[in-house]
Amino acid sequence: MEIILDVTDLHIEFHDHDQPEVAVEDFDLMLGKGEIVGIVGESGSGKSMSALAIAGLLNRKSLTKSGRIMFDGQDLLTCDRKTLRSYQGDEISIIFQEPMTSLNPVKRIGWQVEEPLYIHHPEIDRKARKEMAIAALLSVGLENAVDVYYMYPHELSGGMRQRVMIAAAMIGNPKILIADEPTTALDVTVQAQIVELLKKLNRERGTSIIFISHDLSLVNQLCQRVIVMQQGNIVESGRTSEVFKRPRNPYTKKLIAAIPKIDLSRNEE
Amino acid sequence: MKYIIKKLGMMIATLLVVSICVFLAFSIIPGDPALRLLGTEASPELLAQTRQQMGLTDPLPVRYLRWFLGFIRGDFGVSYNYKTPVAGMIVSKIPITLTMAAMAFLMTILISIPLGIFTAKHEGSWLDRGIIVINQIIMAVPPFFSGILITFIFGMILRLFTPGGFVNYTADVGRFVRYLFFPSVAIALPKIAMTVRMLRGSLIDEAAKDYSRTAYSRGNNTNGVLYRHILKNALIPVITFLGMTLADMVAGSIVIEQVFSIPGISRILLTSISNRDYPVVEAIIMGIATIVIVVNFLVDVIYRIIDPRIGFEDE
Repeated sequence: MEIILDVTDLHIEFHDHDQPEVAVEDFDLMLGKGEIVGIVGESGSGKSMSALAIAGLLNRKSLTKSGRIMFDGQDLLTCDRKTLRSYQGDEISIIFQEPMTSLNPVKRIGWQVEEPLYIHHPEIDRKARKEMAIAALLSVGLENAVDVYYMYPHELSGGMRQRVMIAAAMIGNPKILIADEPTTALDVTVQAQIVELLKKLNRERGTSIIFISHDLSLVNQLCQRVIVMQQGNIVESGRTSEVFKRPRNPYTKKLIAAIPKIDLSRNEE
Repeated sequence: MKYIIKKLGMMIATLLVVSICVFLAFSIIPGDPALRLLGTEASPELLAQTRQQMGLTDPLPVRYLRWFLGFIRGDFGVSYNYKTPVAGMIVSKIPITLTMAAMAFLMTILISIPLGIFTAKHEGSWLDRGIIVINQIIMAVPPFFSGILITFIFGMILRLFTPGGFVNYTADVGRFVRYLFFPSVAIALPKIAMTVRMLRGSLIDEAAKDYSRTAYSRGNNTNGVLYRHILKNALIPVITFLGMTLADMVAGSIVIEQVFSIPGISRILLTSISNRDYPVVEAIIMGIATIVIVVNFLVDVIYRIIDPRIGFEDE
């Protein structure tokens, strides 16, 4: 399998207080083309921090990063901002936990879905952009795409907004989609739909996905490989089925034990 | 559209309430206009006759209606003191006060918006900190005091204008505007300081919101995030403030007109108050109230255009 993202020894430290706080320590991740990797762990385990670092969104001055994030022959940690921006939203996209607030409240949906094209592909004219945006909205299961195109975020439900976020993230056909707890804020039924949608996009377009969640059963449904994090460290990683069957780390065992029984029995089949 | 009609209705209702309040206030205040007009020496018969002529013997609602209908037609009654129609007295002065307020407002927008963006963009830099400190000082200085300072520095030392040498617009528009520039600065300064501070805070708040992070994740640079995403959101509270500011400037110009000896609305207002020339005072108060209410209506309309969430429940 072709490796498209290679993260080694990623180390993230905060300097907000007198004592530096380590958020992520020695994080490694190899992502293959078309692969879905899950990162699980409780809040504060550093999973979102790692994801934001890969997406190039950790630029606070009170924070130091070291290690390497190799993508397309470039180290995303050390390359210049312009190069990084040329990947953001085009080659590497991200969707977030909070669909209610992740969209700009005063801009139309269409405008927001088109924005990555506007930034990265100015050669595409307005009319073609609109067609592509409507196609993108349709591809994420928004059937009234033309209406949605002209709507504002407040006119949509949380699940629909997350679909819009995915449409915008996927419009440039990125190589990597980072999904940072994309279903946490949604109803259970909507959660399952979003997971199905991610599966479909992965299958149809070959987009690699990094799926971050604290919900092991969702990771089990979606991901081929899983990384378990605790307090900034990777405590276990491997094929999802292996990790679920034979967890080696006590923390992983606890996490698995915490899944409601119905899911467990299904896993053991 | 429904939203605008609703706001328009509210605007008219507010104007009605204000007009009733103004009219009642001046009817309740002790003092007999007929007596004031004729003097204490007048005979009771003449007094009664004059009251009749002035319509003061009619019941209150009738007098209110007559006054209000006249107001709508632009007939504000006759000045007790000068025996001339109030409209004629005020109309020639309105351009002076309004020009000054408009210039001050224009200055506020043209200076505070770029400066607010600049300070927010360079948050924490020494230049930003310097501007904040200067802002804080300017905010604390009342316009009449900055007016005196401006007269002293620009009028008497630098001789950029002649204090007290007001030129009316009927004589020379260029010199009229040039003279009004300095009082306008005095009115605008504290408003500029407040708007800069408000816009800066609003921009910084918006930059911390989730949608800004989304904007960065799509490959926007700082300017892209700022101008394409944050600015419109950040302007929403600032517009409310600017609306209040505009109304405040019209009212606030009264003091400044005194400091710069400008024969605008304020001079008539002050003499009319001391002379108990109620028709004039009523007309000016209603005029200022109308401006405030109309500006508020316009702010509501602009709101609706900028923020799609507003008025959404109505449709």
